[in-house]
Amino acid sequence: MDAITTIGMISIIVSGFTIAVGSVGPALGEGKALSQALTAIAQQPDESPTITRTLFVGLAMVESTAIYCFVVALILIFANPFWDYVINMAGG
Amino acid sequence: MEFNADNIIYWEWDFIRINATLIYSWMVMGFLTIGAWTVTSRIDPQTSISRWQHLLEAVVTLIREQIQEASRQEPDRYLPFIGTLFLYILVSNVMDVVPGFTGPTTSLSTTAALATIVFFAVPVFGIMRQGVKGYLSQYLKPTPFMLPFNIIGEISRTVALAIRLFGNIMSGSLIVAILVSLAPLFFPVAMQAFSLLIGVIQAYVFAILALVYIASGQRSRSSIIEATEEETQTNTTINNESEV
Repeated sequence: MDAITTIGMISIIVSGFTIAVGSVGPALGEGKALSQALTAIAQQPDESPTITRTLFVGLAMVESTAIYCFVVALILIFANPFWDYVINMAGG
Repeated sequence: MEFNADNIIYWEWDFIRINATLIYSWMVMGFLTIGAWTVTSRIDPQTSISRWQHLLEAVVTLIREQIQEASRQEPDRYLPFIGTLFLYILVSNVMDVVPGFTGPTTSLSTTAALATIVFFAVPVFGIMRQGVKGYLSQYLKPTPFMLPFNIIGEISRTVALAIRLFGNIMSGSLIVAILVSLAPLFFPVAMQAFSLLIGVIQAYVFAILALVYIASGQRSRSSIIEATEEETQTNTTINNESEV
């Protein structure tokens, strides 16, 4: 196996793992946050605008870790620096 | 599908490049500016107003209320900056659904520029409020040992702001592009409706986070002391009530 095949194979496998592992944690966290917010709204319906606003901001913060993993997976597939380096070495 | 709209170059001279992201962000800016200008040029203080004036008044009132509730300060200081950020991101996210239009927020360069604006707005607003010395002394709180961590926090939250907006919006358009090649009949429409929701929420989140960062850079020493005093008072009243 030459270097390009190895790098391509490892990049694809690792990007799949990245998005898989990176989506589990935020999914658990968001589910927990959402259930807590629903409990809070059920107990205090008058405060639901404040709770909803804080929930949205918090969910976006939690979700950003999944988004980082997504961006890393995209970099591995579409803009892999090692891949470019090996191709440049082979070409030049 | 072109992965990055920055790579579509329409015109190039020396180091000046006009790419698709620039063109689309100019289109959004022109849309907002011309729209607001045509409505406000015929503005009317009477009780019966045109429907477009209703729209603008509703939007401005909504943004003012949200700023008031989130920062618990006078909203007019922040309204121009936060309102502009919110409307620009909102319009570019929503117009991303229009076929053939790539929203400027799908490019990392636009979101990085917006996050950089927020990064520099925090010290500007802070220095306007409490002076250079008062603002810079915040970095030494609670102890001078926290100085490197405060600086790292400032930089990393800017990067997070840029990547969050870019990743959310770009993932929406990428999923639609993948679904068009797999199941082009119905599913792309459902995902586009979902990405409309995500776009509105992300515009809101970006504006609220920018507001929170600016407001946290403005907190003077006296207001913190007031807040802690208030807290201890409520705690003591709660304790008294429980004892009774």
